[in-house]
Amino acid sequence: MRKEISKDILQKLFTTMLTIRTVEERVAELYSEQEMKCPVHLCTGQEAIAAGVCSHLAKDDTIFSTHRSHGHCIAKGMDLKPLVAELYGRTTGCARGKGGSMHLVAPELGIPGTTAIVGGCIPLAVGAALSSVLQGKRGQVSVAFFGDGAVDEGTFYESMNFASLKGLPVVFVCENNNYATNSPQSARQPAVPIVDRAPAYGIPGVAADGNDVLAVHRAAGEAIERARNGAGPTLLEFRTYRWKGHVGPTSDIESGCRPADEHEEWLRRCPLDRFKAYLREKDLLSQHDMNHVTVEVERLVNDAIEFGKKGPFPDAAELYDHVW
Amino acid sequence: MPWTKIQADEAGRPGIFGASAGTARELSYRDAIKEALAQALERDKRVFLIGEGIDDPGGVFGTTVGLKEKFGRDRVMDMPIAENGLTGVVNGAAMTGMHPVMIHMRVDFLPMAMDQMVNHAAKWSYMTAGRVKVPVTFRAIVGRGWGSAAQHSQSLQSLFAHIPGIQVLMPASPYDAKGMLLSSIAGDRPTLIIEHRWLYDQTEAVPEDPYFVPSGKALVRRPGKDITIVATSYMVYEAMRAAAELEKADISAEVIDLRSIQPLDGNAIIDSVKKTGRLIAADMGWKLCGVSAEVAAIAAEHAHDKLKAPVRRITLPATPTPASNVLEKAYYPTFEDIVRTAKEMIGNV
Repeated sequence: MRKEISKDILQKLFTTMLTIRTVEERVAELYSEQEMKCPVHLCTGQEAIAAGVCSHLAKDDTIFSTHRSHGHCIAKGMDLKPLVAELYGRTTGCARGKGGSMHLVAPELGIPGTTAIVGGCIPLAVGAALSSVLQGKRGQVSVAFFGDGAVDEGTFYESMNFASLKGLPVVFVCENNNYATNSPQSARQPAVPIVDRAPAYGIPGVAADGNDVLAVHRAAGEAIERARNGAGPTLLEFRTYRWKGHVGPTSDIESGCRPADEHEEWLRRCPLDRFKAYLREKDLLSQHDMNHVTVEVERLVNDAIEFGKKGPFPDAAELYDHVW
Repeated sequence: MPWTKIQADEAGRPGIFGASAGTARELSYRDAIKEALAQALERDKRVFLIGEGIDDPGGVFGTTVGLKEKFGRDRVMDMPIAENGLTGVVNGAAMTGMHPVMIHMRVDFLPMAMDQMVNHAAKWSYMTAGRVKVPVTFRAIVGRGWGSAAQHSQSLQSLFAHIPGIQVLMPASPYDAKGMLLSSIAGDRPTLIIEHRWLYDQTEAVPEDPYFVPSGKALVRRPGKDITIVATSYMVYEAMRAAAELEKADISAEVIDLRSIQPLDGNAIIDSVKKTGRLIAADMGWKLCGVSAEVAAIAAEHAHDKLKAPVRRITLPATPTPASNVLEKAYYPTFEDIVRTAKEMIGNV
């Protein structure tokens, strides 16, 4: 039986998705100014997964993510100001400009960092889960966000094996957007659903529509509940699509990286429009409330951009700080 | 395994740092490590050990024997043979409050974990502007002899020492083995400690109470005035033996135990070379881009005008390790190579 989702949660999901969308669109828009001097891997089109999963997480739950992590960090509660300032390479950034877009961090919010090595974050999340067990922090969970590309990596299998062996409270969230840079899944993996790898390790694998935030919310809720209750890890696979190219603010369709009709088809499956339509149709969030949220989100994003742009650059001497 | 005993006996030159004074307690290198691990587990709940077979009866050449029984399986953990994945796991645990010690029976298994050691552990503090540390200690052991061959005998310190953000320590003595392990575990830096199998039976005075030996400090093991021999790990023993031989020829050799490869104590090298004017770098690794190259470069950069002879290096030949006993003997440099080289440099052949 499906539990009713409260209005508060629905509004939170909507706000989070809209915030991620707005940040990514503004980054894409401002990128040509060449003031954000770092590669950006945008998650436009994939917002429902970050929002749906993180809506179940508390502050002391941990997430580990990838080079495409803006959405996850925002959904986990990261302040937009240090996030954006980091893209601008300022000392007001979350890593004082040392990390850039691919290495966002907010340890006090359960974001110990993000890694740009594909598959690297998966065992780190398992380690955080092991940490909470060894520290006796019952009910605390850890989430690994990664793409279908990471499923090619050995760490994916090694992590599932160990997490299952020890029954660790970790949830593996695979955002399957069908591409590792420009290589389609079919060129890299046999035609076996990613979730079907999970039973081989004795853990449940659940697939759901990654562009349906309610489906994500439901599947993630069950997996996170299992983990909290000590029932061990779950592998979730959410099918989705990134609207932009692998890296940078533009679509890669013109350069022939992906088929135009495929891209158009996925634009029609916009997770945000779909959720908006649902909220309106079910009369769960009025147009007035949506407008209000939209104005508020835009204000926050604009403030963050202003904050990011005006922050001081690090002194060159900072180069030598933080090695240890 | 017969070779461990046989080779230890062959190597057996105990007490090379001199007998301890009075009633001081002596411990073997092996037991010094075990005592450090036990004390760390005892005193700090954040510490746990993990490694392939660390809880089996052999206990990593005796260095973990009995620890599982004393501290339980949660803190002395066997693990799947998945070096990179499990290094990621210990990194993740370290980032979230633990101080893990990961143990590899052979240095040769570290390349399997290179991504998590080099791209993650070594980078995390910097990438997060110091907000998230990775206080993880890796122990890895150099094998040698009894046909260990190419994949069970490598000494890969220079591969890791090249990388900013990960400490590389090579304790040669029991005292350092304990003190460096304790300081690494208590500290907040990712650290690789490379041990040599042939050191395990060496003994010296080791205090029972915990103590810390800092990284980045070399040690003059034997003062001298004619030539400096900078050595690492097991090569310190060969250097000490060479110094004793050289003394018979009226050559006074200063032996420096480098101890810490990253960070490296360049001043210790420079000070000694300024005094002696001659330098031999004796490392357990290969020559090209190796620790010996770094030692030579430091002398060239900072003490060039004091050098009376070109710097010489005692390293492995540029081949993988062979298995046959005859080839093995040809492969490893000994004190005799150091003695011959020193005499050539001084013109006393």
